[in-house]
Formats: sequence, structure tokens, C-alpha cells
Amino acid sequence: MTPLLAAAFSEGLVFYPLALLTLIGAFAMILARNPVYAAMSLVLAFFGLAGIYVLLAAELLAALQIIVYAGAIMVLFLFVVMLLNLGETEARKQKVTAGAVIGGAVALVGWMALYTVFERLPNQDMPTALPEGFGGVAAVGKLIFTEFVLPFEATSILLLVAIVGAVVVAKARI
Amino acid sequence: MGSVPLAHYLALAAALFSIGLAAVLIRRNALVLFMGVELMLNAGNLTFLAFSRNLGLMSGHAIAFFVIAVAAAEAAIGLAIIIAVFRTRETLNVDEVDALKY
Repeated sequence: MTPLLAAAFSEGLVFYPLALLTLIGAFAMILARNPVYAAMSLVLAFFGLAGIYVLLAAELLAALQIIVYAGAIMVLFLFVVMLLNLGETEARKQKVTAGAVIGGAVALVGWMALYTVFERLPNQDMPTALPEGFGGVAAVGKLIFTEFVLPFEATSILLLVAIVGAVVVAKARI
Repeated sequence: MGSVPLAHYLALAAALFSIGLAAVLIRRNALVLFMGVELMLNAGNLTFLAFSRNLGLMSGHAIAFFVIAVAAAEAAIGLAIIIAVFRTRETLNVDEVDALKY
């Protein structure tokens, strides 16, 4: 945790409510019938995750989480929902099929397997001392532009391709 | 409640990943399916950041940054495909989009 937060809060007192909020948002996303409600629940989960990122001393990533995920990506989802005017067609009752039951069971087994692995980790506390400026814009930016400069350039090409591709795919007549 | 051990962060990430996986496997609405994928990417990010914090290294932050960029590109392309599919088939149910099967 950042020194400022550590002075005021106990880490667990912040983490567990935020984790609960995130899980509620995620469950509401999967249970919602209307895609708009699913999107709004996912925004709730993203905000909870942003709080947890702050707790992990990742201030830049927390800000990006809110700006890019809760802001841009979810707005894009809502635009598509409203563009396609899905409200009534998708609201009809969903049947519980065998595929859904098997899918839920697979997900549950997957969580159990991951949990068993993580449970065996040494149950030690996180280090209290962190390098100066850990997770801030300057430190992460320096890392991205030195050590990770090749992935950064590849990402810029990926985004360019994504822009062109999205226009080509979605536009009816070019 | 003092500090939180690494395992709790990882357990939360595992739970979020499983919920995202369940969304992809259970829901048949293509939009909700994509939201499940976004949730799984976020769970991966949480794991990167938790290990970053635990080891005191910032490489995880850089990788999480790239994951967010890739997720943005994926959402743009995916939603464009959804619009294109909806325009021709008038449905978002992935079970009904099965032209490749025949």
C-alpha cells in the first residue's frame, strides 16, 4: 500500500469490501438478462478493481482502468447495445440448458484448481518498503520506454490495425 | 485486519477469471460473452499487479498496460464484428450463428 494510505487505513479493511464489491459486480454481470444491466454491473466490478489496484500501489494502472475500461470500453459496449436496439429481443427468459450447467461446472472446477494452487503459496505478508515512485506515471513510463519499447511499438501497430479493421468490418459500404 | 497476504489477491483474481469463463460458457448473448472476456483479462491484470507488488518489480505494471491496450483493440474489433453479424442475421445469439457448421 502507498505510505499515505497505510497511515490512515488497515489494508484488509479496504481490500475485503472492495473484493466483495468486485465479485458482486461480476456475478450481477453474468446473471443480468438485459445487456445494459450487464454492462453497468461490469462497470461496478471495474471500479472495485481500480480501488484494489490503488491498494497494490499501482496508481497509473488504477487511473487507466477507470479511463480506458470503465470509460471507453464500456461506453463502446453501451453504444453497440443501443445501436442494435436489443432491449426487448434479448429480455426473453433464458432456458437452463445442459451446456450452461456443464459450463458452470467447468468454471467452478477451474476456480477450485486455481485456488488449490494459490493456497499452497507461502502465507507471508507483502513487503512494506517499495522503491521510490513505485507504480507512478514517471516510473512506469520510464520502464515502458526503455525495457518494453518493442512491445510498445508493436502495440501502436496493433491499435492502428484495430482502427482500420473496425471501420472495414462495421461499415456497410466503403 | 492488518495487511492482506498475496494469496487473497490471487484467490480474488481466480474467482474473477472463473466468473468470466462461466460468462463465456453459459451466456449465449455475444455482447455478454465479450464482457466475460474483458473480465478474464482484468483477472490476469490483477495477478500481474499483485505479483508486482509482492516482488517489488514494476515489469508487471508495464505488461498490465499492454493488456489494457490489447483489450481496447479487441473490444473495438469484436464489437465491429458483432454489428456486422447483427446486420446480416438480426440476432446476437451465438448458437444461431452457425453457418460454418453446414
